[in-house]
Amino acid sequence: MIVANRKPFEEIVELVKAYKSILLLGCNECVTVCAAGGAKEVAVLASELRMHREKEGQPIEVKEHVLERNCDPEYVVSLAPIIGDAEAILSMACGCGIQFVGEHYRQMRVLPAVNTTFDGVAEEQGVWAERCLGCGNCILDKTLGVCPVTRCAKSLFNGPCGGSHGGKCEVSDETPCGWQLIVDRYKEMNMLDKYMEIQPLKNWSTSRDGGPRKRVREDLKL
Amino acid sequence: MRLTYPPNVKIVKVPCTGRVDIIHMLKAFENGADGVFVAGCLEGECHFLKGNLRAKKRVAQTKALLDECGIGGDRIAMYNLSSAQGQRFAEISREMTEKVRQLGPNPARKGRAKAA
Ligand code: SF4
Ligand code: SF4
Repeated sequence: MIVANRKPFEEIVELVKAYKSILLLGCNECVTVCAAGGAKEVAVLASELRMHREKEGQPIEVKEHVLERNCDPEYVVSLAPIIGDAEAILSMACGCGIQFVGEHYRQMRVLPAVNTTFDGVAEEQGVWAERCLGCGNCILDKTLGVCPVTRCAKSLFNGPCGGSHGGKCEVSDETPCGWQLIVDRYKEMNMLDKYMEIQPLKNWSTSRDGGPRKRVREDLKL
Repeated sequence: MRLTYPPNVKIVKVPCTGRVDIIHMLKAFENGADGVFVAGCLEGECHFLKGNLRAKKRVAQTKALLDECGIGGDRIAMYNLSSAQGQRFAEISREMTEKVRQLGPNPARKGRAKAA
């Protein structure tokens, strides 16, 4: 899932300072699951904003709405009647959703209420962690399911750097060394000989180095 | 028991404090409450095992939210008491009412800013 984190309240207050009426928009997919921008978070932020502005003597009308997905036109077009006379849209969807809504309603300011952070998993209830950077050429077969692009702070491909210590990354003692995790996997699967295979230089043109990416499936087009 | 507790205390019944979500507490403030206390069963005695412990975390989170939006986290509290402790309930109600009175009215009560 895409994991996001709500922006600090003061930053959000500043973003909507100029408006008396906004639409606070959430998304029912990733940001709901990572508890950053689903119906619950929308309700909480809306309530906080109303109270804060009431206290300041500048009441704000906050309309709450949650789209099934903010990254699919079929849902985004349904927003038109809901926007009504809102002066701006404050979105708790991920960065993709925020942009896509803006592309559809070009006269509206669509403001981000969350910082979209990474593609990851829920390691446990209330804890999310990064797993994939979308490099466009997956090598999880070679590293037995541990991504060196993501889980090694330096995205190294042939073993750890000198900063690996006691299984931790030199970047932080909270972060496991990605290469330690890979070596542990080789041992676990009795495949340590795989560690000896030298990985050639990675072609990063499938990743962000090739610019924004696009995927087309002609058979699905209408 | 004919115990008296301050008449301004309104009781919202829930089957278990585990049902109380952050938004419920925020809504009370949005609708003008000056203070809120969540009265849960004694820790370790939840019929649903962890309802009151979950409520405790949610009250803490709501406190933080009330602080960040300027209403003040001191206006909310969680207490643990058994249903046999009517006396304690009356006492907490008085305690909380007194505390909230000191804090003054809810600064976000509708129309208040305009009237002031
Ligand atoms: S190798 Fe690339 S595609 Fe595969 S998990 Fe890592 S970043 Fe994602
Ligand atoms: S310590 Fe490990 S994870 Fe951190 S940068 Fe070095 S090799 Fe990568």
